[in-house]
Amino acid sequence: MAILAESAPDTLRVTDRKSARAFVDTHIVPYADAYDRQGRVPEELLERMTAAGLWAPFLPPEVGGAGMDLVTLGEVHEEVGRGCSSVRSLLTVHTMVSWAVQRWGSPAQREQWAPALSRGDVLAAFCLSEPGAGSDASGISSNVVAKNGGWVLNGVKKWITNGQRADLFLVFARTATSIGAFLVPRNSPGVDVAPIEDMLGTRASMIAEVSFRDVVLGPDALLGPSGFTAGMVLTGTLDLGRYSVATGSVGIIQAALEACAAYASRRTVGGTLLKELPLIQAKLSDMVTDARAARLLVAEAGRLKDAGEASTIMATWVAKYFASTAAARHASEAVQIHGANGCGHDYPVARLYRDAKVMEIIEGSNEIQRITIAGQAEREII
Amino acid sequence: MSGSTKDQILDFVRSRYPQAEIDESQDIFALGFVNSLFAMELVMFIEKTFAIAIPNDELKIDNFRTANTMAELVGRLSPARV
Repeated sequence: MAILAESAPDTLRVTDRKSARAFVDTHIVPYADAYDRQGRVPEELLERMTAAGLWAPFLPPEVGGAGMDLVTLGEVHEEVGRGCSSVRSLLTVHTMVSWAVQRWGSPAQREQWAPALSRGDVLAAFCLSEPGAGSDASGISSNVVAKNGGWVLNGVKKWITNGQRADLFLVFARTATSIGAFLVPRNSPGVDVAPIEDMLGTRASMIAEVSFRDVVLGPDALLGPSGFTAGMVLTGTLDLGRYSVATGSVGIIQAALEACAAYASRRTVGGTLLKELPLIQAKLSDMVTDARAARLLVAEAGRLKDAGEASTIMATWVAKYFASTAAARHASEAVQIHGANGCGHDYPVARLYRDAKVMEIIEGSNEIQRITIAGQAEREII
Repeated sequence: MSGSTKDQILDFVRSRYPQAEIDESQDIFALGFVNSLFAMELVMFIEKTFAIAIPNDELKIDNFRTANTMAELVGRLSPARV
C-alpha cells in the first residue's frame, strides 16, 4: 500500500467502540452509498484505516499491533459494519489472514508478514471458495505439488473478497495427503486477478476471481502444520471470519434501527408520524431486541476467544447464525418502513437489505450453520 | 504421567460425545470422532487447560489418537507436570 499516516494526519487511532464509532461516522457513513454505487472502496479510506490502526489491532505489540482483545475487536468491527458492510468485509478477510499468520506461522513467516499486515502495508485476502466449491470446502480442486523443495500451485478461486486489491493471498489447496494453506504474494508469476462486478451485496468489497497457473512457491509458503491438523488452519481462520461477520451483522441491525428511528420520526401518514403507529413500533422494538441479543451472543463468543476456551467455536456459529438471520429480517423490515423511499438511493436501507443477504451466505451458509449447531446439540443433549 | 491429565482429556472428549464409551487407550480417530471442528476444539482445550502451546511439529495425528498419547504430549511440553 502506498503511504498513509502522512496523508491522513488528522485521523485518530481506533482503540475501542467509541473511537471506532467516531471514525465510522466521520469517514465511512457519509460515503458508504457512493462506495456501493462505485463498486469499490477508495484508496483514501484504506489509507485512513491504516492511519487509524484498524487493520489488525489484535496482533501483539512486538509486530506492531495493539494487542487488542477480541471482544473489543468485535465491537470495532460492529461499528465498521454499521457504516458499511463492504469495508467491514475487507477488515474481515485481512483479520483472518493476519490471525492465521500469527497463530500458525513459523517465526520466519511471522517476521516476514506480520508487521506489514499489522500496519496495513500489505492487505490480505482469504482464498477458499471455487467455482465448484463453496460451503463444501472438501470439494476444492485447487492443488499443490511438491517440487524442488517447494510447491507448484494450480487452481481457480472465486468470490474472493478484496481479491482486486489484496497484496497477499492465503490459498487453500489440496496436497498429496490433505488440504494445506499457502501464502501467495499477488505479484507471483502465474497469478491472475479478474474483477467480479455487480454483486447483489457488499458491492464495494472488490470481489475477484483469482487464478493460479503453475505458480512456483518456496517451502516457506506452507502455513501451519501438514497432515490431519492442516484442517485446523481452515477451521480456526473461518471461525474468526465468522466472528467478524457476526459482528458486522449486528452493525447492520443497528444501522437499520437508526435509519428507521430517524425516518419514523419525520415521516407522516394521514397526519400521524410513523413512530406513533403500533405496527411501526412493533418493528422497531424487534430491531432493538434482536440487536441487543445478537450483540450479547457476539460478546460471549469474543469472551470465550479471549479466554482460549474451545467452546468459542460453537458460540461463534450460534452468534453468526442468529445475527445474520436477524440482520436479513430487519433490513427487509427497514425497507418496508421506508416504503418506496427504501427502494432508492436516498436512504441507506436498500444497501443494508442487499448486504444483509450476503451475511446469510458467507463464512458458512445458514444451512451449514444449522446442520453444525444441530449436530452439536445431538452429541451433547440428545 | 499424571492420571488427572488423562482424566481431564477423557472428560473433555466425553463431554462432546456423551453417548460414547471411551477409555484412555482407545483411538478416537478410529472411532470416527475427529473432524476439523473437533480437532480445533481439542487443541484449544489442551492448550488452555494445561497452559501449553503446541508447536506445529507436535500437531501430528499420533499425538492425538488416545488420551494416553495426548497426556504424553502434555507431559513433554510441560515437564513439571510429569
